[in-house]
Amino acid sequence: MSAAAHTDHGHHHKESFITKYIFSQDHKMIGKQFLVTAIFMAVVAVILSILFRIQLAWPGEPNSALSFFLGDKWAPGGILDRGMYLGLVTIHGTIMVFFVLTGGLSGTFSNLLIPLQIGCRDMASGLLNMISYWLFFLSSVLMLYSLFIETGPASAGWTIYPPLSIYEQTIQGSGMGMTWWLLSMTLFIAGSLLGSLNYIVTVINLRTTGMKMTRLPLTIWAFFVTAILGVLSFPVLVSAVVLMLMDRTLGTSFYINDAIVGTEILEQSGGSPILFEHLFWFLGHPEVYIVLLPALGLTSEIVSTNARKPIFGYRAMIGSILAIGFLSFIVWGHHMFLTGMNPFLGGVFVFTTLLIAIPSAVKVFNYLTTLWKGNIRYTPAMLFSVGLVSSFITGGITGIILADSALDIAVHDTYFVVAHFHVVMGLSAIFGMFAGVYHWFPKMYGRMMNSRLGMVHFWLTLVSAYGVFFPMHFVGIGGAPRRYYDYSVYEGFDGNQYEMIMDLNVVITVFAILGAIAQIIFIFNFFYSASKGQKAVQNPWKANTLEWTTPVEHVHGNWPGEIPEVHRWPYDFSNPEHEEDYVLQTTPLKEGEHAH
Amino acid sequence: MEFKLIILVVIVLAAIAVAQLMKLHSLNSKVTGRREEDIDLRVNNLNATLMLVFLTIFFGSLIYMVATYGKGMLPEPASEHGVDVEWLFDINWIIVFAVFLSCNFLLFWFAFKYRYHPDRKAYFFAHNNKLELIWTTIPASALAIIIILGLMTWNDITGKPSDDAKVIEIYAKQFDWTARYSGDDNKLGYSDYKLVSTSADNPNALGVITKKNIDWRIYELDNEVNSLREKLHNDSAATETYSAANLYKMEKTMEKLDRIKERVSLMREMYSGENDVDELAADDFIAKELFLVKDQEYFFVFRSQDVIHCAYFPHFRTQMNCVPGMRTSLKFKPIYTTAEMREKTKNPDFNYILLCNKICGVSHSNMKMSVTVGTQEEFDAWKDLEAGNATMAVADSEEPPHIDVELNYYGEHDGGHGHGEGDSHGEEEGHDDHNEGGDHH
Repeated sequence: MSAAAHTDHGHHHKESFITKYIFSQDHKMIGKQFLVTAIFMAVVAVILSILFRIQLAWPGEPNSALSFFLGDKWAPGGILDRGMYLGLVTIHGTIMVFFVLTGGLSGTFSNLLIPLQIGCRDMASGLLNMISYWLFFLSSVLMLYSLFIETGPASAGWTIYPPLSIYEQTIQGSGMGMTWWLLSMTLFIAGSLLGSLNYIVTVINLRTTGMKMTRLPLTIWAFFVTAILGVLSFPVLVSAVVLMLMDRTLGTSFYINDAIVGTEILEQSGGSPILFEHLFWFLGHPEVYIVLLPALGLTSEIVSTNARKPIFGYRAMIGSILAIGFLSFIVWGHHMFLTGMNPFLGGVFVFTTLLIAIPSAVKVFNYLTTLWKGNIRYTPAMLFSVGLVSSFITGGITGIILADSALDIAVHDTYFVVAHFHVVMGLSAIFGMFAGVYHWFPKMYGRMMNSRLGMVHFWLTLVSAYGVFFPMHFVGIGGAPRRYYDYSVYEGFDGNQYEMIMDLNVVITVFAILGAIAQIIFIFNFFYSASKGQKAVQNPWKANTLEWTTPVEHVHGNWPGEIPEVHRWPYDFSNPEHEEDYVLQTTPLKEGEHAH
Repeated sequence: MEFKLIILVVIVLAAIAVAQLMKLHSLNSKVTGRREEDIDLRVNNLNATLMLVFLTIFFGSLIYMVATYGKGMLPEPASEHGVDVEWLFDINWIIVFAVFLSCNFLLFWFAFKYRYHPDRKAYFFAHNNKLELIWTTIPASALAIIIILGLMTWNDITGKPSDDAKVIEIYAKQFDWTARYSGDDNKLGYSDYKLVSTSADNPNALGVITKKNIDWRIYELDNEVNSLREKLHNDSAATETYSAANLYKMEKTMEKLDRIKERVSLMREMYSGENDVDELAADDFIAKELFLVKDQEYFFVFRSQDVIHCAYFPHFRTQMNCVPGMRTSLKFKPIYTTAEMREKTKNPDFNYILLCNKICGVSHSNMKMSVTVGTQEEFDAWKDLEAGNATMAVADSEEPPHIDVELNYYGEHDGGHGHGEGDSHGEEEGHDDHNEGGDHH
């Protein structure tokens, strides 16, 4: 990038309100747009989850919150409708996995940080970037809209297994609701692909002078591999979705074989619902890491900065990201051990799945060693990063149980699974996202978030998060299947078990409500600080990476003058050869200094 | 209503209070010159200490929960392989707990111990190949053990059933289960979804194939097609009027049923010669509950009629999906009778249960079947009782009506308009027409 390119960006067009705030092509603005949209979607998803948690804790008891949000149609007399219960579960899962933790997390931070941290004026294609956001926005609108249609939203679970998701006769939500779901997801994937391609191209082509791949911050490595995973796996979901649309509308039989839906006998023959599961999980498993890797990348940066220590094993961390990325493509079958898949194939998937534990363990040990003998400053971002490492450990090891098909056969599709993935991917990713927001807020809005409120937010969130998901493991081992409206089936069979499940469900719901209330603190802090927060200084956390060399006030093109050159890796914290405990990447090596 | 108003007022007041506090806070920051990113040693120490407090509560709650709910959640496994699974669980739990406790301890301990102090500089420690090699190989070898033990157990669970395993079919549909015992020959009769029928004359809930069932099904389909044709062709004279869309739909349904009838007719052809299709099915019997004999191995075959279900036996530590258009299977051997289990759990009302564990529709959580384990004598008594109630026979209806279907799939098939049976079955059709009208709306 030369000065010529800079003038091209800086002086030519005067921005109007619309091009600056709405149809902006500036990566920083697009990142913020993703974030605010995702926050809104997250609020919706959390409310949905509280609604169905109320039903699980106090089944069949009239509740004014239910009638307030769902009205007489879906909660007659304040009692949740059975179909709507499944709709809530489905849309909660969809929004959280795709809209918050994929669009929100990757979209926000890849956009904000890639150009800033690698040293370029903007994304490779600002236009595609803008289209990517607006597709995301449109798909969010469609998904929310599907909550309000007459026959209810899609309600076959976020995994939309056919034939349930295909035929309205099997569940009401598979009518119009499912159509909107599929359309929304198609737009979402299109947007996500445009974004991912942009990230990949930008990272490969637009790094500033001296920014070798081995000098990239781990955030960028994480976003880069995430984008590759997205580009390779999302198209498979599109094809699965398109085949499903054909099954729904054209009477094809990709996923259908010899079935009777309701009272109607179908002619479709020769397809297989298992085909859909394969296609879905070929995306679905990399998706877990699409969600998780950016969070791990963000926290690597934050842990290192706030422990005032280089991240331990930088190259091993990159290796782990690459290994996780590669392995994530050959493990999808562990979601399908009990679908009638050949048991030998199941065995192969057991092996590959458990291999993932190795790079994950390496990451955890490296985090721990980074903290060891550090000088840890507790900003809200650092607190959430510690929370992430904890939830990554706690959620990761229960994965060992589920990856083992011989154990999975006992706990598959129970609340143990729900607890596992919520801790390892839900909590970790959300913690990573919070950490990222607190840490890079000064780069987004030029202001600081209130740190005291951030700390209160963290402790309440951590306690309520574990309060929700810790007991859930026990509910699962106790034999409670997921997606159950209530557990009355156990009443006449195994009274002890019924009581245990009910007791813990109340505990879980109480913590869920507490956790939801705690998020109000964050939302308040976020919007208050964005307009009224303390003005930020250029490098508040005393970090090393390039984004902290840009001016506090945003300029289109990021740096008013030349793009800085990079001379060292990003983790020279507390380097004994330097006076200060941080050394910006732009600082040239001293005479005789050893480069990492 | 008042309640909502009060809540609203409280929220508004709280928001105002917080806004005022924030104003105070920012004024205070301005006066003292405190910046948000500044590290207040007192607050930093508080956070570090809270890490330890949290660790204590975290581990304490784990210990409490394991003590309260640990092994008592599900009664001990009631199947032979379940015991192995439980053993494997225990091995894994040791590893899981070791990793969980040690890593979380180190994390929160470091978080406390290495809290910020202005006089200290962090230890510059960027990498160490030896350390990294160690903590790659340790998990790798632990995982090797887990994988080997896991796959050995998995192979046992999914291996071939022994020769004396009794075959039972579990049939799933929204939202109930049906069991089909294979009878004395230990072989299930063939089945086909096209033969599934809920008619009063010859119900065939599971679509079991017998020559008689095929004939009945052709007869039924014929009636359905004819009644639809009647409706379509007598449109002008009928009291009911149909929209164009409805007419189109009816015509398409009629054509479809006609094609299915032809496929059934082909089946009739296929099984027309000498074969054992009737014998295989003759001794099968169906039941709405599952009665198993202790220490008898069972080989379950699963089918589903509509969507994916999952047969989940929590007490036997096993489950298998039931996939429409596919057969899946599973084996296990119960080792405790229901009575024994009642004693073990000290719960006189205890019963084994079969649940659905794959989202299958609005009544997913109600889809269950009672499972009883007893002795051989108890089983025989149960079977006789069930037989007395006449709910068990698969193919126990009167002789099928005479069908004179022209098997016209060889010749000039014209979309189902060219049949001549309309006249010969006129009376029956009129009757069926009435029924169909009721069914369709």
